[in-house]
Amino acid sequence: MNFSTDLSLALPELILAGGALVLLVWGAFQSRANMVFSLAAVALLVAAGAAAVLGPMGRGFSGGLIADQASAFAKVAIYAASAIAIPLGQPWFQRRGINNFEFPILIVLAALGMGMMASAGDLISLYIGVELHSLALYVLAAIHRDNAKASEAGLKYFVLGALSSGLLLYGASLIYGFAGSTHFTVIAQSVEGGANVGVLFGLVFLICGLAFKISAAPFHMWTPDVYEGAPTPVVAFFGAAPKMAAMVLFARVLAEGFGGAADQWRQILVIIALASVAVGAFAGLAQTNLKRLWAYSSIANIGYAVLGLASGDAAGIQAMLVFMVLYMVDVTGFFACLAALSRDGRPMETISDMAGLFKERPGIALAMSAFALSALGLPPFSGFWAKFYVFKAAIGAGLGVVAVIALVGSVVAAFYYLRLIKVMWFDASAGATETPPVEARTIALTLALFTFPVVLVALAFIDPLAAAAAAAFGLA
Amino acid sequence: MSGILSLITYAPLLGVAAILALRFIAPAGSAKSAELAKWVALVTTLVTLALSLVMLGQFDRTTADFQFVEDFAWFGGLHYRMGVDGISVLFVVLTAFLMPLCIAASWRSIEHRIEEYLIAFLALETLVIGVFCALDLILFYLFFEFGLAPMFLIIGVWGGKNRVYAAFKFFLYTLLGSVLMLAAVLGMIGITGTSSIPELMTYDFGQEIQIWLWLAFFASFAVKMPMWPVHTWLPDAHVEAPTAGSVILAGVLLKMGGYGFMRFSLPMFPDASAYFTPLVFAMSVIAIVYTSLVAFRQTDIKKLIAYSSVAHMGFVTLGIFSGNAQGEQGAIFQMVSHGLISGALFLCVGVVYDRMHTREIAFYGGLVNRMPWYAAIFLLFTMGNVGLPGTSGFVGEILTMAGAYQASTWAAIVAASGVILSAVYALSLYRRVVFGEITNPALAEIKDLNWREVAIFAPLIIGTLYLGIYPAAVFDITQASVDNLVAVYRAATGG
Repeated sequence: MNFSTDLSLALPELILAGGALVLLVWGAFQSRANMVFSLAAVALLVAAGAAAVLGPMGRGFSGGLIADQASAFAKVAIYAASAIAIPLGQPWFQRRGINNFEFPILIVLAALGMGMMASAGDLISLYIGVELHSLALYVLAAIHRDNAKASEAGLKYFVLGALSSGLLLYGASLIYGFAGSTHFTVIAQSVEGGANVGVLFGLVFLICGLAFKISAAPFHMWTPDVYEGAPTPVVAFFGAAPKMAAMVLFARVLAEGFGGAADQWRQILVIIALASVAVGAFAGLAQTNLKRLWAYSSIANIGYAVLGLASGDAAGIQAMLVFMVLYMVDVTGFFACLAALSRDGRPMETISDMAGLFKERPGIALAMSAFALSALGLPPFSGFWAKFYVFKAAIGAGLGVVAVIALVGSVVAAFYYLRLIKVMWFDASAGATETPPVEARTIALTLALFTFPVVLVALAFIDPLAAAAAAAFGLA
Repeated sequence: MSGILSLITYAPLLGVAAILALRFIAPAGSAKSAELAKWVALVTTLVTLALSLVMLGQFDRTTADFQFVEDFAWFGGLHYRMGVDGISVLFVVLTAFLMPLCIAASWRSIEHRIEEYLIAFLALETLVIGVFCALDLILFYLFFEFGLAPMFLIIGVWGGKNRVYAAFKFFLYTLLGSVLMLAAVLGMIGITGTSSIPELMTYDFGQEIQIWLWLAFFASFAVKMPMWPVHTWLPDAHVEAPTAGSVILAGVLLKMGGYGFMRFSLPMFPDASAYFTPLVFAMSVIAIVYTSLVAFRQTDIKKLIAYSSVAHMGFVTLGIFSGNAQGEQGAIFQMVSHGLISGALFLCVGVVYDRMHTREIAFYGGLVNRMPWYAAIFLLFTMGNVGLPGTSGFVGEILTMAGAYQASTWAAIVAASGVILSAVYALSLYRRVVFGEITNPALAEIKDLNWREVAIFAPLIIGTLYLGIYPAAVFDITQASVDNLVAVYRAATGG
């Protein structure tokens, strides 16, 4: 491997990094965001996605960067979710008199970091990817800087994020110390045939750090506060792409680096999965704010994704990838609905705000119902298929009892999704709403059509792609 | 004729599309749009009925094989597979038969959000027919589960005072049963590598695994039937649902449970079915006796009929798990017959509810003086409910008990007492509502049935009497498949 082939493997990252710098200079001169500027950022993400799919595959930078089916799959999903966040967010901010040109740039930088997470081949690039995307996200959470809640969200996210980075780094250094290398492949050799206690100790810290990033219980505490405080379009972004990146990274570390210690980490993941499902289901019952509610819903859903990973085989990783793609559509769509709704200049964020929405805004109400039913896991919506893959893999891997417990958890969670639908469909209207902005409405309705019926066709394409991606992790 | 099942299944969706397109003719929510939507829905359901009758006409009664099979590969090894046999074909026809009556029964009684109401009903028809036609586990589960959503809305939006509670209870009860079934479905796919129902019916599961799979399926179907003690959602759902919702709930949604037992539990897990037969028998006879007594104590007409449904479903489970031809034939017959009779009884309640807006038994009395036609029709269906010879209710009960007698004498004897108890509560209801003098001044001006209501009852009267006098109309169709089912079950359990 020479340097130029290394560079060609990193083409998506180079496009995003170079593009972000150019945008930064451009933005400094015009100081106000406009349509062309946003479009340029979207174009960058599209180009990077194309490069990830069409570019060469292999390992570069002495194994630190991996370009394979799995990274391509994850990057396309991540960049697409990032690209949707820009047209969803920019006009939303403009209507509130915030005209930062930084918003698209921060999204691009976050996408760059997330892409690196999907491509990480050693602990160094893992950490760089995690930090790069986290820093961008901290700023995004607080970008609405005159708003006390948004600043609070940004600060909370930052402090707890720093703590999790510390755990991650501590775990990484322990692993390096005991395994003698930062490369996943070399770590795998040292773990082969029984892992050293020090390495396992490090692995536990690493898992804790990553569990923070995906907001899995018991490391979920920051999620409801950050979701509630951060601007709605930013939450639409938070809930989707970073979770995908962290889950792929999670799978990569465990499968490539610690395949030999699978029996150990599978136990941890099972506990994390069940704890997340339980916390998400039960704590969600008490919520009245929809953003907080969806934070708990996302905790429960991440539990299902982790359950897929806990299967510890190729089918499990495939299930996790399918789950995450379908989940990303769901969560982005739901927050797009919230971003589209306002009454008397005030965003509609509580469950009681949605009373009688079906009469008021049938399109958005139908879309929100679709996302809620999908999150509930009602067939034939996309959320059902996501759970279908995960539970099939879990039961196939001998986690039948765990799967049944998680399924019962989904019945508990069903109550709050139904309550939302009940409020929208059964109750009397709580007053007129303002006309939804065209971009949020379009995104919400398009994604709702994906949850049903498009998903029934789309899965025929996602299924083999996810299978190919899962094969790249090298588990049986 | 391949493809006709999909045509029947999705024909109601064309009606949905047509109703949605109405907004280009008249503004949504206007009186004109509502009127047109009703006609569109009625025509759609009648076309679906006609298609299903064509299908029944083409149905080959001499074979136990699945017919009109459609099979397309989907993704991840799943298939879109449809087909019917002697066990399922009648339920398709029953659904298509009851739907136009439901639409007609809602003609005047639903006053708000009419287009949406009709859309919910048409969607429900698609999903219910899909359940009976699906030959792939996952496809079956799709239709089975998604059917909850329109019913949730029908109860919750157009229901009575306590509708929200009833809708949630209905949904969550059923969902809990269903997710356990989903776990079993995924387990079966994992073990066998196929989701094809015909293939799984011949697959030989190990004894121990059968027990678990059977229990998971049982959780779902027992809630759906509903069997004692998980029947408590049904009275609530019935009381709150609009009349047509009750008709479809009692008429076909409950039958999914019985159908599920015959399609999955018996042929796929025969050892477990035999093992659990005493449990099912016990639950069935408790349901028959206990819910009959509970029915007798009710003060709400609809609740009384709802409890009587639970009791009648007890005969169905008794018949199914007796594992012999009389039992199975009787169970199918009882389900079809109950679909007609209980549907008609709920319509009878709807007739007086539309006029007086109450279902309290004490409110009524002496209706025969003002409503002779109504009294006559109500009497016929009350007798059908009691199981009077000559009505279809008799055939189902006698056959299921004959079947059960061979399997367990005691269960049959106790169940037979249920026939007497059903006479007690049904006749006492009839006496209190219809006979005597009118004492309530509010009833002095109550009107007898109008032509629309007579037209709704006419097909049900004909069906009940025809099947009561000539039950072979059903048995001819089910014979081959039932014999096959019993033979397979006997061979597997060595009985």
